Amino acid sequence: MSMTLAARIRALPFGGASRHVAWFLRRAIGGAAVLWAVTTFTFVVQSLMPGDRALLIINMAAGNITNPSQAEIDAVNAKYGFADPIAVQYLNYLWRLLHGDFGVSYQLHRPVIEIVGAQILPTIVLAFSALLTAWFIAIVMTVVLAGRANPWARFASGLQIVMATMPPYWIGTILLVTFAVFLRIFPVEGKNSLIGLVLPTVALAIPLAGFIGLVIQQEFVRVLEQPFVTSSRARGMGDFGVRLRHVLRHAVLPGVTLSGWAVGSLFSGAVLVESVFARQGIGGILVGATSARDVPLVTGIVVISAGIYVLANVLVDRAYLIIDPRIKLA
Amino acid sequence: MSSSAVTLPRRVSPRIWDTIAISGRIPLRVYLAATVIAFFLASAIAPQLLQSHSAFKMDLRATLQPPSFSHLFGTDQAGRDTYSRIVSGARQSLSIGLGATALSMTVALFLGVAAGLGGRLVDGAISRFLDVLFAFPMLFLALLFVTVFGPSVTTQIIAVGLGTAPGYARMIRGQVLSARGAGYVEAAVALGHPFPKIVRRHILPNALHPLVVMMTLGVGQAVVWASGLAFLGLGAAPPSPEWGALLDAGRDYITRAWWLEVMPGVAIVAFALSVTVVGHHLQDRLEGRIDA
Repeated sequence: MSMTLAARIRALPFGGASRHVAWFLRRAIGGAAVLWAVTTFTFVVQSLMPGDRALLIINMAAGNITNPSQAEIDAVNAKYGFADPIAVQYLNYLWRLLHGDFGVSYQLHRPVIEIVGAQILPTIVLAFSALLTAWFIAIVMTVVLAGRANPWARFASGLQIVMATMPPYWIGTILLVTFAVFLRIFPVEGKNSLIGLVLPTVALAIPLAGFIGLVIQQEFVRVLEQPFVTSSRARGMGDFGVRLRHVLRHAVLPGVTLSGWAVGSLFSGAVLVESVFARQGIGGILVGATSARDVPLVTGIVVISAGIYVLANVLVDRAYLIIDPRIKLA
Repeated sequence: MSSSAVTLPRRVSPRIWDTIAISGRIPLRVYLAATVIAFFLASAIAPQLLQSHSAFKMDLRATLQPPSFSHLFGTDQAGRDTYSRIVSGARQSLSIGLGATALSMTVALFLGVAAGLGGRLVDGAISRFLDVLFAFPMLFLALLFVTVFGPSVTTQIIAVGLGTAPGYARMIRGQVLSARGAGYVEAAVALGHPFPKIVRRHILPNALHPLVVMMTLGVGQAVVWASGLAFLGLGAAPPSPEWGALLDAGRDYITRAWWLEVMPGVAIVAFALSVTVVGHHLQDRLEGRIDA
């Protein structure tokens, strides 16, 4: 307690700060490269769109099939740059993206970034609360039951396979029917209240909990046989303490990696679950934009979600260092 | 020197079917799962044998009937029998699932084997490409394809197939790399066997061994994802009894006719789960974890 504040800060695990900066820079460059490739890929895919896009835009604005004059088509082509050579279009696209300009929605005539910004928060809240719930379920099941020689443990690992197989949109439907239609407990049309978050979260968390559970359980059983577990028990540590304090820490690592990858499937699942519960979020706009063939809005959402994925995986790598101090910065 | 004095046995690598055919105790759940799969396959091949009613014939005197003996899974807003519609939808749902898996495996096989055998440069390029594809949430990638090419069954197959390919490609690459580094390959190289022959006879059979299991599990997941697209109204068009389309059509009636939403989902989950159970069982057998 007699340490000065400065000494305490120095004692914090930020010893080689420059190494961390270098690590971060390398990750930032790698992430930027992935994002560049992501945008290039989406550009290539959307440029393959068959048919006259100017006509599509005019029809979308008119709300029905029109027969525009050549001058009208030319005007739209000029406005969106469709008349330019493909290389010029590509460079313009990248240049605008660098300035945070994701284009203007064909359908809603507002900047994509504004539309997404207004709707992305409920989706992120849903995805994040589902991730936490999934971890909670997986850890409880693993700590209590993994590696035990009783029928419950076998039932639990079977249950995890079933959980991992169920599509979130169907779990959502079952929950909706059970709670909202039969029991009338939750509001049917889940608005963004806290209570309206519960059912979508559970629907999204169950399959992920199954996946994480299967992965960490396997590692948990392996770690249970390690010598340090025996030595902890020999020191008189209780069974539950050993499982929670020593074994779990090792077993969660593969689950953490999986969580980074799971960001994509959480977003996919969130879109479906939002659709089930008529919940506000990115899902509604994405589905609407897809059926209207609103290219800038769909590509914008795809690129932004890929950006979130890249960011989440950088965070996962940081989490690794915290959970397992033996891992060195590479 | 004359031709090599030492010859390797004609086939060192096990044949997949030999391994599976070893008789052993088959758990009850595998029998159950196999029965479910057989039922859906029969539905896909000859739906008329298993239907209790026509899947398309409307009966306006019997709309939105709850499940009963005459209508096992109830009826929809046009009086069509839900059970019969699910049976007749099996063909389309399973075809989409199989088609998407076939596409996904072809792409994955090409990329995975090329990365595993192609040396550092090719491997690096393909691995980076796969990293990029991984950054797309699967459904979002599928929706991008639907936006560009318009909703249809073909788009559904392509979207799901390409969306699931990177995961399989990564697994195949890992398998090829580990087979390539194995002792028997080193031995074959030391014996002076030509590389294409080693690839054909040793690396590929061993590396592609888990493919049977991957494909089995993959079909279940492909059906789930494809139905998800249709559930959003972006797959097979409404009159079709494809399972996801049935779910989509039932949404408007959820407060009055829960069976329209629950029953097609039961079909999807029953199929996906059965395929998973059989897949895991095959995996255990192939890895020799079950004693014959």
